Amino acid sequence: MPISPSDTHDLAVIGAGPAGLAAAVTAADLGLTVALVDAAARPGGQFYRQPAAGLGAARPQALHHSWGAFARRAGRLAAHRTAGRIRYLAEHHVWAVTREAAHWAVHAVRGPDGAGARAEVAARTVLLATGAYERQLPFPGWTVPGVVGAGGAQAMLKAGLVVPGRRIVVAGSGPLLLAVAGSLAAAGATVPVVVEAGGYAGYARAPRTLAANPRKLVEGIGHAAALRRYGVRLRTRSAITAVHGTDRVEAVTLTRLDRDWRPVAGSGLRIPCDALAVGHGLVPQLDLATALGCATRRTPDGTAALVLDGRQRTTVDGVWAAGETGGVGGAELALCEGELAAHDIAGRAPGGVLLRHRDRLRRFAGVMAAAHAPRAGWSDWLRSDTEVCRCEEVTAGRVREAVGDLGARDTRTVKLLTRAGMGWCQGRMCGPAVAHLAGETALEAGRRLLACPVTLGELAREER
Amino acid sequence: MHRPPEPRMKRPRARRPRPTPADLVQAAPGPEFEITLDGRALSALPGQSIAAALWAAGVLSWRTTRRGGRARGAFCGIGSCFDCLATVNGTPNQRACLVPARPGDAIITQEGHGRADLTV
Repeated sequence: MPISPSDTHDLAVIGAGPAGLAAAVTAADLGLTVALVDAAARPGGQFYRQPAAGLGAARPQALHHSWGAFARRAGRLAAHRTAGRIRYLAEHHVWAVTREAAHWAVHAVRGPDGAGARAEVAARTVLLATGAYERQLPFPGWTVPGVVGAGGAQAMLKAGLVVPGRRIVVAGSGPLLLAVAGSLAAAGATVPVVVEAGGYAGYARAPRTLAANPRKLVEGIGHAAALRRYGVRLRTRSAITAVHGTDRVEAVTLTRLDRDWRPVAGSGLRIPCDALAVGHGLVPQLDLATALGCATRRTPDGTAALVLDGRQRTTVDGVWAAGETGGVGGAELALCEGELAAHDIAGRAPGGVLLRHRDRLRRFAGVMAAAHAPRAGWSDWLRSDTEVCRCEEVTAGRVREAVGDLGARDTRTVKLLTRAGMGWCQGRMCGPAVAHLAGETALEAGRRLLACPVTLGELAREER
Repeated sequence: MHRPPEPRMKRPRARRPRPTPADLVQAAPGPEFEITLDGRALSALPGQSIAAALWAAGVLSWRTTRRGGRARGAFCGIGSCFDCLATVNGTPNQRACLVPARPGDAIITQEGHGRADLTV
């Protein structure tokens, strides 16, 4: 019998990216009733973001790796929806999950940007598959129009079939940069260079982990081949330390870095371009989890991730998590963890194959995190007038003043003194940078009362 | 006799016109429609976000900041950074990277918080 909206579902999955999608269809296969709640109009999350239907893309897979893994699960989602086992709630932005007497209540606001009416979903268990967003480290000129997130450029390309310029430098750290450069070049942009602050030598120091993950090796070789095909150079141990142009990007300065990511004096090279796509890896999106009281840990790349047991359970009873929320590890790991979590939620023991697959990919994620983790010297890129907090326009100079002269030792105190992190994005963009400048040692996951904006009108509205 | 080496890549990449993202995915979009940015007519495709339509027109900024009055546009592309806020059909603070473009949308470059009308 189809689920009615007022029913209490066996499981609410938050996020329809690789982890959430895999969990939802697996749980439904195992007989559970599932609500799959997602902010986007179509399933897939950021990784499998698709062009909107109106764009009529015949081959969306041209912008993707491992499209088959997604397409198969999207097909199962459609079948489960028809059979009434999954309620798929697209364009539902979840702003909180609360514990009620006998169930979890998932609170969302509807619409493409969450400006619509409230909606609630009840479920006996919750799986958080909220993914990640890009980590940004500020540098002089990073607010000039034409400087965009590397993941942002990828998202705009996948969803809207647009690129921010004709000649785009890709910079930052992490393997996402290779994928972004490949996509932008395939879509017609010229990518003169990918600038990686870390390196790829670190991977070679973990030969057993590499050997155990042949698909990751193949993926890496694929990226390298794509870059060669499009004539994209890779510069490691380097960073973009300045952007030239006021109303839009005209050129960038590429600087060599030492082992600690300090710029090497006199090594600056000016590269003409009209856009820069930049990012330093991903940060797990944990707002809903931390509000529920789920414990976090520090990952090798310096972000906070959820503490999970071998069956994807968080430290809060009845709440599971899968994918990037447990530490950034990529789509293949997310699919695997989603399936593992679904088995556990359904009270089934997952197969050993699934468990071993997860463990192998987690080890690879650890190697990847260590190779690209920001080193402390990055903050030497900053000038005192470089904006650190984009929303509140707070400069590095003011943050350093709060730390050096006023004794701030954590992001919260810096925020109270300077407003850094107090703006629209609630510290999502500047949080990692401010934490570093404040010398914060015990990294805390960002705590945000509401995981996304909700109008006072909607908050005040009586539930129907 | 010395002959110049054959070019390594036989594919006539250089001779082909530069591909577009739409070519890459073999897109056959629905009919384009008109939106305006500060009164200037631009075309948009069905399904594109306002930010995507603006990028397609070569526009990278449509907001000025509250303090410095500096130009900003889409940055994170996924609704997290709020840098792409625009005034759309009279409503300020719309995330242009999330809101789909609709025929006739009037987008205004948002100055500061976009609520100058409330200033007393």
